[in-house]
Amino acid sequence: MSEWIEIGRLEDIPVRGARVVRTPDGEVAVFRTGDDRLFALDNRCPHKDGPLSEGIVFDHKVACPLHNWKIELETGSAVAPDEGCVRTYPVEVSAEGVVRLCLAQAAA
Amino acid sequence: MKEKLVLIGNGMAGVRTLEELLKLAPDLYDITVFGSEPYPNYNRILLSPVLAGEKTIDDIILNDRAWYEENGITLHTGRTVVKIDRRNRKVIADDGTEAEYDRLLLATGSHPIVLPLPGNDLDGVVTFRDIHDVERMIEAARKYKRAVVIGGGLLGLEAANGLMAQGMDVSVVHIADWLMERQLDPYAGELLKRSLEERGMKFIMPAVTEAILGDKRVEGVRFKDGLEVPADLVVMAVGIRPNVDLAKSAGLYCERGVVVNDTLQTFDPRIYAVGECVQHRGKTYGLVAPLFEMAKVAANHLAHLGYARYEGSVTSTKLKVTGIDLFSAGDFMGGEGTEEIVMKDAGHGVYKKLVLKDNRIVGTVLYGDTVDGAWYFQLMKDGTDVSEMRDTLMFGQHHLGDSGHGGENAAAAMADDMEVCGCNGVCKGEIVEAITKKGLFTLDEVRAHTKASASCGSCTGLVEQILAATVGGDYDASPKEKPLCPCTDFTHQQVREAIRERRLTRMNEVMRALDWRTEDGCPTCRPALNYYLISTWPAEAQDDPASRFINERVHANIQKDGTYSVVPRIWGGVTTPAELRAIAEVAEKYQVPTVKITGGQRIDLLGVKKEDLPAMWADLNAAGFVSGHAYGKALRTVKTCVGSEWCRFGTQDSTALGIQLEKVTWGSWMPHKFKMAVSGCPRNCAEATIKDFGVVCVDSGYELHIGGNGGVKVRATDLLTKVATPEEVIEYCCAFIQLYREEGWYLERTAPWVERVGLNYVKQRINEDDEGRRALYQRFLESQKYAQQDPWAQLAQEASEKKKFIPLKQVV
Ligand code: SRM
Ligand SMILES: Cc1cc2nc3c(=O)[nH]c(=O)nc-3n(C[C@H](O)[C@H](O)[C@H](O)COP(=O)(O)OP(=O)(O)OC[C@H]3O[C@@H](n4cnc5c(N)ncnc54)[C@H](O)[C@@H]3O)c2cc1C
Ligand code: SF4
Ligand code: FES
Repeated sequence: MSEWIEIGRLEDIPVRGARVVRTPDGEVAVFRTGDDRLFALDNRCPHKDGPLSEGIVFDHKVACPLHNWKIELETGSAVAPDEGCVRTYPVEVSAEGVVRLCLAQAAA
Repeated sequence: MKEKLVLIGNGMAGVRTLEELLKLAPDLYDITVFGSEPYPNYNRILLSPVLAGEKTIDDIILNDRAWYEENGITLHTGRTVVKIDRRNRKVIADDGTEAEYDRLLLATGSHPIVLPLPGNDLDGVVTFRDIHDVERMIEAARKYKRAVVIGGGLLGLEAANGLMAQGMDVSVVHIADWLMERQLDPYAGELLKRSLEERGMKFIMPAVTEAILGDKRVEGVRFKDGLEVPADLVVMAVGIRPNVDLAKSAGLYCERGVVVNDTLQTFDPRIYAVGECVQHRGKTYGLVAPLFEMAKVAANHLAHLGYARYEGSVTSTKLKVTGIDLFSAGDFMGGEGTEEIVMKDAGHGVYKKLVLKDNRIVGTVLYGDTVDGAWYFQLMKDGTDVSEMRDTLMFGQHHLGDSGHGGENAAAAMADDMEVCGCNGVCKGEIVEAITKKGLFTLDEVRAHTKASASCGSCTGLVEQILAATVGGDYDASPKEKPLCPCTDFTHQQVREAIRERRLTRMNEVMRALDWRTEDGCPTCRPALNYYLISTWPAEAQDDPASRFINERVHANIQKDGTYSVVPRIWGGVTTPAELRAIAEVAEKYQVPTVKITGGQRIDLLGVKKEDLPAMWADLNAAGFVSGHAYGKALRTVKTCVGSEWCRFGTQDSTALGIQLEKVTWGSWMPHKFKMAVSGCPRNCAEATIKDFGVVCVDSGYELHIGGNGGVKVRATDLLTKVATPEEVIEYCCAFIQLYREEGWYLERTAPWVERVGLNYVKQRINEDDEGRRALYQRFLESQKYAQQDPWAQLAQEASEKKKFIPLKQVV
């Protein structure tokens, strides 16, 4: 089952930043990178549950605010030598700038 | 007149004792040194790499002749002392040179054992002890092909490895069933043998040599079982015997070695002995670590300090064959009453064994992966009960607990009191301290300052890792003379200069102008660049929130559960019932779980949800509070004491002065956090002398102190100057802050900054250059126009900003 939901507009998400979508199963962080790509991941660092949405975004990565693990936004996996992975979700933006997130179908 | 000290034996233990002595009492003695060898003091351990062609003789000289001269030491090389005249207190050398002594230090080392075999005096039969031996071996390697090394211990294998490197065909003869039987168990011995065989070394073992064959020059070796092998060079490396010849002839009591007590005195209290020649509590030693410990103690007594005791040493062994990692310590064989934890990974050539007794490590053998050797050795020496960590012990220290993020390497995970360099007894903490305090960047500098890895060199890798972890690493490490981060080759200093000189005001301009390797920078360079831009061009540069750490973006400290803490500014630590009531109301309204008085004289509201922050700030603003910047690389607190207003000792109104200082300086962004304090008298209740800028009031004015901090590495302040009026205090303080803001590197606190640029430099810029100081002060005030705005008020009022604190969407 896949279910896309509208979550807001592109300009609501700061460049090299993130916003949070709160769901019954926890928070999903929606990132916007320097090249205006969007990525959605569980807002919980694989290390100790740090809120990834609050990290510094660079390239297609985010540095966790608690202990500086770097997480690949595309795959959700931690950059070596750290090990771990967070779940990612499909997210897309329409030509009109509407951002939609697919929660049910996990991509990883 | 100075006392006379004579040292017999210009080797590692003796000269180390002199070095230690010179540190303690440089002018106490006229020192004379006799050495049989024609060289100044050199590092005997490194004869192995010299033989292997990895180092030259010059590389291994520890103290050249100039050192002896500089320290006023008379050095007689190539002269062997043949007599000690104890009655007249003088020594006599083989060439007739005499020297009188008040105290005598014996450090005659040991003799290599020469097996009593027929043919042991033939040409081409050598031992492995000194430079002369090495020269003979290298010479033989040039002319001949076949070498036989007798002895499969540490020395024999290093000799064999060296000779192979010199191009010889080498066979090692060993009497025991496995190699290095005094340091390894059979399994590790077998692994070692296999990897040496892979390199082309041959082994004849177990085998007992019966005779060395040949006429004038050696031609071969015959064994007990009748086997004969041809040889052009025979190296005897079967052990050492303490050199007690001279001591014995002088009537000093000797057993296997010269017997000494815990203060390293022989039976003649004027005569001390250190090194391989001594026997202490029944033990003799053949490694440098214990000898250096002896050297420290002997020096302490020679310097008339008289409190150190030598109580014997526990030793560990490493093999210096490049590419082979081996570590052994203690009772590695185990046996009755012991348990063993063993890990074998033959495929990767890794073997680890820990021998436990009563839940304590009593011995270990590591082969192939020796990273944790130092840690096990420490646990062993400390007698630590390991039952709690037994399950993970084998995986090494970095698997313990949850102390680190995975990016840390083994070196970073090491505790400060863990020994890194076994030879010189240097712990990690000392190395880190030397690196940070003295600003060291290279291995050679670390060696020079700490002696770590300066002896056998087998901890070099670890020292390098510590160096990397200390000066490098991108996580909150203080920047040094290295590239700012992996995105660039430029240093902090170069980047700062480029920003100023080329008038760069935007981050992408900096990255382009300086050929940044990455499009986006990284979490190390972006916050640094952002700071450099806004501190250099306060009016022009645009602050970039995306390049700030979360705390400075949401103006609160993130906590481990993702909530935040809120600390309102309480000027100088002085508050009112009304203010306290307002804080209490806010705490109740937002159900703040913890309210705490901080170490900085204010109140911390901990556990606040992100979305509550703007509303809470608005309420606090309404009660007159602004942000305390407890989260920022900025002015934190100004601690004060009650001062002359109330205190019977107070000399000035320290409270009012503190408040005044805080009002002028709050809000300014700095390379690192900045703390101040004002104490009303030298009793210093506000702890002003461990602050970045501290004021101690005295009757006649104000002492200004700079560059202190508590924290990880406590540093007391340096006195900058004394001034007469509060106005001057403000001017000096702001000028000092501005100098630091303009020239400090990002994440470099004032303490390391002052040490880097030197106190004199700061004095010159602030005290001696009146015009310069006033200019700094003006620039500070100018930048404050842009900085001194309460971030809470700004964020709490702007709707677009406030939005960022709440979820983008709530899905039900
Ligand atoms: C709240 C407080 C502890 C307390 O409950 O008393 C505190 C809390 C933290 N300190 Fe501190 N420090 C607090 C006073 C101190 C003091 C005492 C003082 O200021 O007189 C020191 C030693 C003095 C000094 O700084 O020289 C101190 C030395 C540190 C250090 C080590 C700094 C160093 O140079 O070595 C750190 C780590 C750092 O800054 O990188 C640190 C870092 C922290 C952080 C920010 C850790 C972090 O990154 O999350 C803590 C934030 C907790 C929070 O969210 O509120 N804290 N910290 C104190 C806040 C004072 C205030 O009102 O603002
Ligand atoms: C090849 C090799 C590799 C080694 N590798 C290691 C290692 O990896 N790790 C480790 O810890 N240890 C190692 N050692 C052992 C270490 O070098 C010795 O333990 C250390 O050098 C002993 O110091 P010492 O001062 O007691 O003796 P020495 O350094 O031998 O100094 C004694 C000096 O006294 C001189 N002397 C003797 N009698 C007289 C006299 N009557 N008059 C004047 N001079 C005299 C000798 O000529 C000699 O120069 C190694 C040794 C060798 C030979
Ligand atoms: S000492 Fe400071 S940094 Fe450490 S736990 Fe306490 S508040 Fe946190
Ligand atoms: S929780 Fe993310 S790095 Fe520790």
